[in-house]
Amino acid sequence: MIPLSWYLVFSAALFSIGLFGVLTRRNLIAILLGVELMLNAVNVNLVAFWRYGDVHNIAGQAFTIIVFAVAAAEVSVGLALVISVYRKRNTIIADEIDILKW
Amino acid sequence: MDFLKDPLQVAANWLFGILAGWGVADLWAQVLIGFLGVFLLIALLMVVDILLVWVERKVVSRFQSRIGPNRVGPFGLIQPFADIIKLLIKEDTTPEGADRALYNLAPVLSMMSVLILWAVVPLAPTILGVDLNIGVLYIIGAGAIGTLSIIMAGWSSNNKYSLLGAFREVAVMLSFEIPMLTMMLIPTIFAGSMGIAAITQAQDVWFFFLAPLAAIIFLIAAIAELGRAPFDMGEAESELISGYNIEYSGMKFGMFYAGELLHAFTFGSFWAILFFGGYRFFGLEKVSAFLAIAVLLFKAFIGYWIIMWVKYTLLRIRIDHMLVFNWKFLTPVAFALLMVTAFMNALLAESPTWLYVGGMFLSNVLVAWISLELARFAARKERERTEGALTAEARR
Amino acid sequence: MTVDQIIFLIAAAATLFAAFSVVTTGNLIRAAFWLIGALFGVAVIFAILHASFLAVMQVVVYVGAIAILFIFAVMLTRKDMRDQGAQLNRNWKFGAFLSALVFAGLFFLLRGWGGVSKTAAAFPSDFDAVAALGGALVSPDAYVLPFEVASVLLVAALVGAVYVAYNHK
Repeated sequence: MIPLSWYLVFSAALFSIGLFGVLTRRNLIAILLGVELMLNAVNVNLVAFWRYGDVHNIAGQAFTIIVFAVAAAEVSVGLALVISVYRKRNTIIADEIDILKW
Repeated sequence: MDFLKDPLQVAANWLFGILAGWGVADLWAQVLIGFLGVFLLIALLMVVDILLVWVERKVVSRFQSRIGPNRVGPFGLIQPFADIIKLLIKEDTTPEGADRALYNLAPVLSMMSVLILWAVVPLAPTILGVDLNIGVLYIIGAGAIGTLSIIMAGWSSNNKYSLLGAFREVAVMLSFEIPMLTMMLIPTIFAGSMGIAAITQAQDVWFFFLAPLAAIIFLIAAIAELGRAPFDMGEAESELISGYNIEYSGMKFGMFYAGELLHAFTFGSFWAILFFGGYRFFGLEKVSAFLAIAVLLFKAFIGYWIIMWVKYTLLRIRIDHMLVFNWKFLTPVAFALLMVTAFMNALLAESPTWLYVGGMFLSNVLVAWISLELARFAARKERERTEGALTAEARR
Repeated sequence: MTVDQIIFLIAAAATLFAAFSVVTTGNLIRAAFWLIGALFGVAVIFAILHASFLAVMQVVVYVGAIAILFIFAVMLTRKDMRDQGAQLNRNWKFGAFLSALVFAGLFFLLRGWGGVSKTAAAFPSDFDAVAALGGALVSPDAYVLPFEVASVLLVAALVGAVYVAYNHK
């Protein structure tokens, strides 16, 4: 049998890799890719705790479904914003979208 | 254990005995037999696929008043093998600037997305890959992999035409996935399960009679999902010179081609399974598993023939018309039908079969009539508006 | 080592490799395809965890919709993709340090927690997780409110995305 720790370490690693992407990528879309990885790490944790706790308590799976919905909403709005920024400013490099700093 | 009733189990037991005699561990023997089963299914599908090439060419030539392949073998039956040999000895080219890894992966994924669909198809009461309780969703998931392979092929070929074709094809596939999934939920409501085997078992009355509109919408959405005419915008030979697979040659193109044909056949069989009782035909399936498989293949071929009939009869529709048709007509109708069906199902749950079937049928007809009337009304408004604008312009 | 463990290790290693490629590959389309690989890996993990419904939903929602959306967005902003040149910002060393710190912190936190080496009880064979999940999502005693809020969120996102990305001209 697989101990719970394997899943938790795996999801922690996935989360950290996603965090690295979010913190360091310059491209807005790449930052969103990192956010997706972090959300997936959270999902792995939720499902693992569902499986290793009381299986009849379905909360873990239900919350994973909610996270799916949130991820879909986040991506659609996020990418719409990216495309809108690209139209107006002709760039999607996060450092160059600094008009508020003036 | 009867060989006619359950041939696979008998064969598996026989093999298991032999392997045990050789001293193979039980676990490995089971794994080996499982792989053999998969291999058998894929081999069967590939043979059907070769046959499909011949059927498709023969039928299209009949539609176009030609004779079709008739030189190699009786009725041209050996023609597909000649085609395969031609594809195999062709030069395998890779365009310059292509993304090699993705370019080579795309045809494989395209073929795979079709083959994995058959894992949930019940060929007979006893012959079934996996009895997933989420079979309907599994079909959509496999379709997602097909979408992926198309955009992969279009982008990695480094060709404007293939990228355009892939864009159009993916847009169409993504949007027509919604009415298709919605219509798959209607057999789910009737059967009370998402499992394909359970849906087949529940069809004492073919679901087509309970939901004719659902069957028709499913067929339309499936044709769009397949990217076949009149929805073949992604390939559009006359403008995109065949879309996402332009740059492919030799056996890689062959995989796309074979995958497309098998995909059409697969959706023909899903149509038969979801709405026409699958392998069930007046108790014939109880006699022998082989008869059940024959019944299913027969029904699937009828579905496939209808898809071909549509393909070679209708003209290609413009991309914007296609998307408007989906988003403004097909999807709302599908949602309305789903709601009506769920409501009627709850209302008629306790009633006798004839009332249940009749009520369902009438509600379907009603939804179809109302939606057609609304569409006609909207079309008339639109026509008056454009004609009014035209005459105003002419007056000026 | 059981078969389960081997499958888990392969899937986890592949997922982590794909995830690492997502954040380091210069070519954004490639990064999006690597993301698809990572998502498939997570779907396999779900399947190992007996969450078959979620595994299929992962493929349908993430691979079928979200990843395709990413690829479209990358292509629409293609002119600015800049395959060449720095993909990481000036502070990438700090970012790497911070994420390593987060991982180390989580790791030590887990080590200190008692329940971490727990193994799962055998999956009850008569328990239909899909039916239970479906019931829970629409039951007033369970999660019907979060479910409805999520659907409202989706509608809001749909309208918002169309409005924001629409070309007002």
